[in-house]
Amino acid sequence: MAHHRLSIKQYLILAFVSVSVPLGDASLSRGMTSLPAISLAHPLTLIAAVFTPWIALGILLLIGYFASYLTALSWADLTYVMPATALGNVFVALLAHFWLHETISPLRWMGVALITVGVGFVAQGPASTTPPLNLPAPINQAENLPLDDVFEKEQVR
Amino acid sequence: MMLASSLIQPSPWQATAMIATIVLTSSTGEVLTAAAMKSMGDLDDIRAHSGIKGAIRAVVTRPLFVAGIFFMAVAFFSLLFALNHMNLSLVGPAAASLTLVTNTIAAKLFLHENVDRRRWTAAVLVCIGVYLLAH
Repeated sequence: MAHHRLSIKQYLILAFVSVSVPLGDASLSRGMTSLPAISLAHPLTLIAAVFTPWIALGILLLIGYFASYLTALSWADLTYVMPATALGNVFVALLAHFWLHETISPLRWMGVALITVGVGFVAQGPASTTPPLNLPAPINQAENLPLDDVFEKEQVR
Repeated sequence: MMLASSLIQPSPWQATAMIATIVLTSSTGEVLTAAAMKSMGDLDDIRAHSGIKGAIRAVVTRPLFVAGIFFMAVAFFSLLFALNHMNLSLVGPAAASLTLVTNTIAAKLFLHENVDRRRWTAAVLVCIGVYLLAH
């Protein structure tokens, strides 16, 4: 377990964790700015906003983010998943520069470089350094053990 | 509704307390959630075995997960409260980058993750990077 390496599918889940937050936030922002100003005196208009296409897409992306974030935490350390989440900021900066042609200051480029190097550092190491907390080591390490056996032992406990 | 800029600015101690509350509750929530997910094993395997409903049930019935969501909600409302008194350009990067550091410490202490020199370096680089990106 100490040298747990990820499969392609697990890397894809981490990639989705990275890109879903900025894409979700951007969708929410686009949806909310396209609506007329919402007053706190009429809070129900906020609920109606949820059903507009861009905001619905943003919410779906953020639900997808949370599901993939939880999935990632089930097989990777928090200190491994955190930098992957931060990589989303880099994605936003690159998108803003190359797609929206926004000017990125040198300080921000430095931030992009530091996050990228930081993620590169973590990605070279093992994804998980601890066994699952409630499962004894033999069950955790026995990768071929049928899941039924694991669940039965969990229920007995 | 008054704008934040028209409110009385908080003292440095109050500002520190607000940011510290966000950082600590956010870290507590994330560590509790991570502990909950770690305790159940690979969620993909559970989903393959019990279906999507079984996987959702396995997650939401964990007391640690419920506690984690509670602290995340407290962190969210603490953020809203802080944004009502301070600028986003201060609260956003400060909370995001400090949470990275406290998460790393908490992961080592409570989740017993092996936070070696490589992960510490990564946490510090990402922390500074997030701060710079917000400026």
